[in-house]
Amino acid sequence: MEAAGGRAPQAGASAIQDRIGAARSRLADREGFLGPMFLLPAVVYIVGLVAAPFFLALLFSFSDVTTGDPSLDLVGLRNFRSIFRDPIFWQSLRNTLVFTTVSMVLTIILANLLALILTSEFRFKRLIRFFVLLPWTTPVALSAVAWLWMLHSLFSPIDWVLRWFGFIEANVYWLGKPALAMASVIAVHIWRIVPLAAVIIMAGLAAIPDDIKEQARIDGAGFWRTFWEVRLPLTRPVIAVAALFGAILTFSDIAVVFVLTRGGPVNSTQVLPSYAFFKGIQAGSLAEGAAIALFLFPLLLAAAILILRSVRKMEIF
Amino acid sequence: MALVVEVRNLRKSFDHGHVRAVDGVDIETGPGEYLVLLGPSGCGKTTLLRTIAGLEEPDEGEIHIAGNLVNRLPPRAREVAMVFQSYALYPHKTVLANIEFPLKAEDIDKPERRRRAEWAAELLGIGHLMSRKPRHLSGGERQRVALARALVREPAVFLLDEPLSNLDAKLRASARDELKQFQQRLGTTTIYVTHDQAEAMGLGDRIAVMDRGKVRQVGPPKDVYLDPSDTFVATFLGSPPMNLIPRGDHLVGFRPEHFLPADLVAGDGSRLTVHFAVRRVEYLSGDRHVYGTVTELGEETRVIARLPATAETPIEVGESHEFAVHERDLRFFDAESGERTSPRPVRA
Repeated sequence: MEAAGGRAPQAGASAIQDRIGAARSRLADREGFLGPMFLLPAVVYIVGLVAAPFFLALLFSFSDVTTGDPSLDLVGLRNFRSIFRDPIFWQSLRNTLVFTTVSMVLTIILANLLALILTSEFRFKRLIRFFVLLPWTTPVALSAVAWLWMLHSLFSPIDWVLRWFGFIEANVYWLGKPALAMASVIAVHIWRIVPLAAVIIMAGLAAIPDDIKEQARIDGAGFWRTFWEVRLPLTRPVIAVAALFGAILTFSDIAVVFVLTRGGPVNSTQVLPSYAFFKGIQAGSLAEGAAIALFLFPLLLAAAILILRSVRKMEIF
Repeated sequence: MALVVEVRNLRKSFDHGHVRAVDGVDIETGPGEYLVLLGPSGCGKTTLLRTIAGLEEPDEGEIHIAGNLVNRLPPRAREVAMVFQSYALYPHKTVLANIEFPLKAEDIDKPERRRRAEWAAELLGIGHLMSRKPRHLSGGERQRVALARALVREPAVFLLDEPLSNLDAKLRASARDELKQFQQRLGTTTIYVTHDQAEAMGLGDRIAVMDRGKVRQVGPPKDVYLDPSDTFVATFLGSPPMNLIPRGDHLVGFRPEHFLPADLVAGDGSRLTVHFAVRRVEYLSGDRHVYGTVTELGEETRVIARLPATAETPIEVGESHEFAVHERDLRFFDAESGERTSPRPVRA
């Protein structure tokens, strides 16, 4: 075949040299300058809104600061000794563990189910996905207020429906009895975070190559065998990440408890974050509040490191 | 001959009928046959294979496997085994667990599963890899695991979707040879999809050439190559493809290797000699590909001649040479439809 056009316009070696020399390296071409510039906002954010408050809280927990007396004197472990003597602290710790464990187990099961449903083919799939995600996108204060009404002792629509069907005769007082209040708090929290967990797991399911799912069909595996032997093992790392995020969000969640029960009745739904808030801000004992809030930090850190490390070992592809 | 797979008037379209992937295909294959579906990408060969496997539901037509209508059956009930282009090994399972998986799905007990998995692994020479995970295997080893998993169920038919395209070029030739030996030893009917004509020619007992959802021609490799049924088959097969010269209402075709310097073509009375104006010469590991134009056979057309290494005639760009083609090597096609037609007189 012949060359399509003629030769390139005569440029000459010296002209090219001039052109190369003309373009100077600009500031935006220098990685040594650009790298730190791009990192800066994130660093400012983390230092200002995460690191500084954290170290402040650490400092507070070893001091005698109160909202009425901001002068800071170090008092060693006095705050920790004091909260360890406090029965409500131990109850809050127990409640936190129950709240987190039960929420997490149910969330992971429900999120898996939801992910399976949402990844299958059906009509109006996008619309339904959108609705399912709503609880996560609604501001928690707003949705918790809605739930407050749903679970109201007099006007609860849930009670109304149950009454109408004849399941109950009088209102249940969802938030008025210790066990029911805890169950309600857990239910609302699950309602809130299941969509997030489901989306994370759906991403994991979508990452399984189609070939492998089809191979399982060719190999004669039915729905359950495919689920247990192919889908679940291949999404395990993602599920672990979802559980980790969920657990940390649950451990540190204050909104649901605060809006629904304020820790009541009689501290039966009091969790560490809410107790830290009541103690430190409302009762003014900043130092003790900080000690309560920080109590779980070493445990959470250890759990996070453990989970992330096992996720890395689980790499499968 | 009892048919293993029989496909009748199969149609399958996507996007609400906008894309007709398989557009009325009839094809069948008998016991032990190696049938290759060959065509360019997008010709519907993979869709056809997937429909036979049961991964796609046909819009129309019938699929019979071992005499049973299987249209409504799920893949697991069809007695088919498929090897995907990617091999689709379960990444979290060991080689042994991968091979055993189809048997597990059939609820075969453990000792029997183990026995058959080991038989399949031995057959493919991967017995020593049983406890490895797929990510620690080479491409060739992965392919064998995928084959072992396919054969462990002793299916009625193997469906292979471009199983060699993930191997590097060097490995491909030896893997092709092994694949053929393996199938001959087992005698299992195989349908093999590829876009690579060398694979198709080398492996197939018969080749089905597909284009735009239709089967253009089915036949043994030699027939398909030497007697193409239309211009698509004529130009898709062969490298370089068949030369086609427009001449009135028809096209005259001949293969580049049949178009040689006149002194190398035997038979004075039955050969056709023309002037060949050489524009470019490519030297390709022994063979020479000579590009040029011919005016005497019809309209002035660019044609290619493929000279074997044994043809030492010096040829330079810009020269005009006496080239010839034997009359028995000429093929004729309708200019309008591209279909093969009866021979026409070429001397005038």
